[in-house]
Amino acid sequence: MSLALDDGGDRNGPLRRLSDVFMRRPRLFLTLLLAPPLAWLGIAYLGSLAALLAQSFFSIDEFSGQIVREFTLKTYGELLQPANLDIIIRTVTMAALVTLLGAVIAFPIAYFAARYARGRMKALFYLAIMLPLWSSYLVRVYAWKLILAKEGVVTWLAGHTGLTPLLDFWLSLPIVGGPSLSISYTGTFLVFLYLWLPFMILPIQASLERVPGSLIEAAGDLGANPGQTFRTVIFPLALPGIVAGSIFTFSLTLGDYITPQIVGSSTLFLGQAVYTQQGVAGNIPLAAAFSVIPIVIMGIYLTIAKRMGAFDAL
Amino acid sequence: MTDATIPAVRFRAVSRHFGETRAVDAVDLEIRAGEFFAMLGPSGSGKTTCLRLIAGFEQPSAGSIEIFGEHAEGVPPYRRSVNTVFQDYALFPHMTVGENVAYGLMVKGVGKAERTARARDMLALVKLAGFEARKPAQLSGGQRQRVALARALINHPKVLLLDEPLGALDLKLREQMQVELKSLQRSLGITFVFVTHDQGEALSMADRVAVFNAGKIAQIGAPEDIYERPQTRFVADFVGGSNVIEPDAAIRLGLPAGLYSLRPEKIVLGAGGLTGKVESLQYQGAHRRYVVAIGPDRLGVVTPASGPAFPVGATVALAIPDGAAHRMEGGA
Repeated sequence: MSLALDDGGDRNGPLRRLSDVFMRRPRLFLTLLLAPPLAWLGIAYLGSLAALLAQSFFSIDEFSGQIVREFTLKTYGELLQPANLDIIIRTVTMAALVTLLGAVIAFPIAYFAARYARGRMKALFYLAIMLPLWSSYLVRVYAWKLILAKEGVVTWLAGHTGLTPLLDFWLSLPIVGGPSLSISYTGTFLVFLYLWLPFMILPIQASLERVPGSLIEAAGDLGANPGQTFRTVIFPLALPGIVAGSIFTFSLTLGDYITPQIVGSSTLFLGQAVYTQQGVAGNIPLAAAFSVIPIVIMGIYLTIAKRMGAFDAL
Repeated sequence: MTDATIPAVRFRAVSRHFGETRAVDAVDLEIRAGEFFAMLGPSGSGKTTCLRLIAGFEQPSAGSIEIFGEHAEGVPPYRRSVNTVFQDYALFPHMTVGENVAYGLMVKGVGKAERTARARDMLALVKLAGFEARKPAQLSGGQRQRVALARALINHPKVLLLDEPLGALDLKLREQMQVELKSLQRSLGITFVFVTHDQGEALSMADRVAVFNAGKIAQIGAPEDIYERPQTRFVADFVGGSNVIEPDAAIRLGLPAGLYSLRPEKIVLGAGGLTGKVESLQYQGAHRRYVVAIGPDRLGVVTPASGPAFPVGATVALAIPDGAAHRMEGGA
């Protein structure tokens, strides 16, 4: 009997030879695997980003409405007009508040899921977080419009619990108030908070999942009370997840142009401004300049986060 | 000074149940102040749960725990003068080595200058001077272990708990750390409680050893007691792989009827009144390990490698010297 190195199959089949080549040259295999997605990212994504950036440095001829393909900072200057600046400040404030409160609400949920939920409980957690994402975004936003409307369930509930004065007081406040919750910044805020919460919970949960229980025990063992353990161990190690989640919530709020159109006062948000400029007004350069703002803001945010050591635990 | 008559740790009928599982089952235990105490047992025997009960990570389902005379039930880990060296070291990955070691002082509010100086001293004690600025990820396993040790010792604990601290190290490093841990314990005078499944480690380092089996302590005593005079079949077998001789076999081997533990290295090969046949032979450097069949019985025999060798299949004379076999409890 001889030692069988061959399993009897056709050694010289083309597929076999190909897999032999890949076996000997793993880098070639890796290159072939990565080429399509890298090409997609490089051409479709970075390319269009570059085109966008280039557009923002063009301007529009005010008489003919034609795009003048010459380098100018005039369009960026237009962003500083009071009306446009208002849009930017409004959107950034909204995005920041949604992100902040989102993180505060998401953390305990993520912590529970990562540290305590097991088996069925964990499955239930994922279902509860993901289930809303299965239904259409539009359906959910319209559902919220009904919930928050003057004839909606919130008003009804306030009436039955004697909280109507509180609701009326809130709606009488400047800026956050309005004729009803569905026609106020408060309404827009609540809907954003609801929509993007899963995108905050999941990264935080993933980062907490990676913190070994022994680290938390070690902190307690060395004399840290639960509050100190949270501040010095759990929070710093969860920070990359919080930053990741805040990138989602922040940029999603910055770019959304549908929610504020359905729920909220009729003032414009950044996404709507881009939409109107490139759609209705045909002012592509200004739309592009508006689109650059979220990119710049995210860049600044990430730089600060890195400086503060948010990614040290990665 | 701690009163030597008060035990460092006292368990009174302590149980810890996880659902139906009795991880620790009515254990009574006294660990003396200043001793090096080993808890030895296979995995799942309850030794680690006992350690976690002392640390405060677990609360007993029943019974009482005292640490230097003070009741420990309900006292959270951060209010116990007990520190732990974790099996996985549990170093904080986002802090430098210096910050890790100084952590216990930091949460107590000790000033930065003082805690940096004390962390430096501690690192020098474990022979890691100059490693303050590194991150744990940049250290080798042995170095991480030393950092974990320094971090646990900086609070001057009354009891230091070590959960299989040498398990992840290679043999040479492990032997070196055994010597260092022992001398560190002697010079600091702190009570060390050491959990291990390695009987060699327990016997060579500890002043006293508790052998755990199925949530109970099978035997507790000095290493010589445990090794030479095992009280149960489990201890004889788990510690050093003794020959357990059943009563009927004892009579065939010329011993009075009873259950015996017979250490393989105590049997004399090459002379004596018994005759056997070599079934297997393993050369182990310093020793040769045989299995010798004597009629229906089989004995493990260990002889120095410097002595004569007997090939497999050879007929060989052997003797069990007087007092070599230790009689254990229980005849069946």
